[in-house]
Amino acid sequence: MLKDHAKIIHAISVSGEVIGRKKLQKMIYIAKKMEFPFQERFQFHFYGPYSEELTLRVEELCNMGFLDEVKEKKGGYYQYRYTLTESGQEFLGENSVEMPCLGDCLIDINDQNARFLELVSTVLYFDNLPEAEVREKIQTVKKSQKYTDEEIDEAYAYIASLKTKSRQLLA
Amino acid sequence: MGYSEEKLIEEKVFKDPVHRYVHVRDRVIWDLIGTKEFQRLRRIKQLGTTYLTFHGAEHSRFNHSLGVYEITRRIVDNAFASRPEWNEGERLLSLCAALLHDLGHGPFSHSFEKVFDLDHEDFTREIILGDTEVNQVLSRVAQDFPKKVAEVIEKTYENKLVISLISSQIDADRMDYLQRDAYFTGVSYGHFDMERILRVMRPREDQVVIKQSGMHAVEDYIMSRYQMYWQVYFHPVTRSAEVILTKILHRAKHLHEQNYTFKHKPHHFYSIFEDRMTLEDYLKLDEAVFLYYFQIWEEEEDEILSDLCRRFNNRNLFKYVEFDPAKEYKKLAKLSMLFEQAGLDPEYYLVVDSSSDLPYDFYRPGEEEERLPIHLLKKNGEIRELSRESDIVDAISGKRRTDHKLYFPSDFLEKEKARPEIEQIAQILELNLDNGTI
Repeated sequence: MLKDHAKIIHAISVSGEVIGRKKLQKMIYIAKKMEFPFQERFQFHFYGPYSEELTLRVEELCNMGFLDEVKEKKGGYYQYRYTLTESGQEFLGENSVEMPCLGDCLIDINDQNARFLELVSTVLYFDNLPEAEVREKIQTVKKSQKYTDEEIDEAYAYIASLKTKSRQLLA
Repeated sequence: MGYSEEKLIEEKVFKDPVHRYVHVRDRVIWDLIGTKEFQRLRRIKQLGTTYLTFHGAEHSRFNHSLGVYEITRRIVDNAFASRPEWNEGERLLSLCAALLHDLGHGPFSHSFEKVFDLDHEDFTREIILGDTEVNQVLSRVAQDFPKKVAEVIEKTYENKLVISLISSQIDADRMDYLQRDAYFTGVSYGHFDMERILRVMRPREDQVVIKQSGMHAVEDYIMSRYQMYWQVYFHPVTRSAEVILTKILHRAKHLHEQNYTFKHKPHHFYSIFEDRMTLEDYLKLDEAVFLYYFQIWEEEEDEILSDLCRRFNNRNLFKYVEFDPAKEYKKLAKLSMLFEQAGLDPEYYLVVDSSSDLPYDFYRPGEEEERLPIHLLKKNGEIRELSRESDIVDAISGKRRTDHKLYFPSDFLEKEKARPEIEQIAQILELNLDNGTI
């Protein structure tokens, strides 16, 4: 019970602090694609893979007092920072989550910038398509971002390294 | 004249309680409606287990799909026609995507997808692109047409305006289901002036925007959405039925994994239990099939499976108490232990259900670009997000109301109330087992 909530708390706990809702969405999505057992379902929205379930779950965790959300004005929009509260820590202590490899992967993902994570998550979203088609797709669905071929190469390389990292850790 | 432009000699109409008539003139649309994959939607209820709470809610995904098609048709043929921002060449694609957007839904799809980790959108894509009657019809339009329809439904099509007609915060899908669900449940919420909204919709490059003068109609729509959310979609009794349904499927799967011998072999479920389901297997599943198994599983030796099925079939649902995980999560371990002592497996008989477990959402202003918000078009051409202009929308979209309930079989507790562990359970849950009014 509340296992899925505990997994999200665990993810934020191992990441330290997550800045930005969009970033949190991308982090959990990428981790899920790396076969970490998150249950939230993602669909493609205007800005890439997005999970309404995850948004709601994070809202619930804030209302429960397990997560701390700080809203700050940044330029023309608001940005949100998420950290674990003391009671969240206590909850996690009593509802331990077994995802030993998750920490290293999420810390790595958290270090990347939002633009790059948007690209990585989009590449992963289309991973059932051949690479050439994925590249074409990115130029269609992410037209305004104007990703270069080099950036897409970098995204593929990053995904490969993340997979190796999670596999090594699993082994 | 090509197939894509072919019109029926006479317009066909479907009587519809929400839109009065659904009009079909395009041959392609008429042919799609006649396919076996689309007809299957008659056997999938739009609101799953809600009929156990609101007895009128027996309408199907077939009704809803026709409704979404009709609203889209009115938008593209009336509101958008001959506007320079609208490409008439996208008309048929929009209509087909609207009609087929829910094609991959399975029986009681919310619980079903959760238990077996499936996504109906994957099946929608498979049906559109696979060896199906739907694919045959779409392929007659053009070789790449099925792919385009799938892309619109998946929201990855290049023209975002087309996507936004059926997948945005004010789209044909939501406008149909709010009104249809209100009509069939019989509630007085869910009504808004759709005709007005359709009149003030304007196509823009990437999305549909609403003329500022239509703001009040949109406010009404947002309020309807908010009220339907809490009064119908999140109804605690419906959630109880969903909890039991989910547990039935879990139990049947678990028994199969334990090599349990079912009295009557669940042939329809083998491939899904063993994670090797084909599209053909999937299309054979509908709610009639599920309800058939729930009936025969009442006779199973396994007491949990038979009990849960009896509960579902006879609407002997679990009762609930409000549950605050922040303050009460420590109680759960104690309750689980007591339930076990009382002979009730807590995995099946003590269930926390949260608002995040449900597939509906509120309006969100789209901060940090999570989701595209509703935009108003002002007289000076400026585009403003709805909640910045409307105090009403601002008031309800800023509120974060979440909800958790703890479900359990109160009839069992009442029957066994003399047992000391049940007494303790009643104390923890603050139940009065003496007067039968839990």
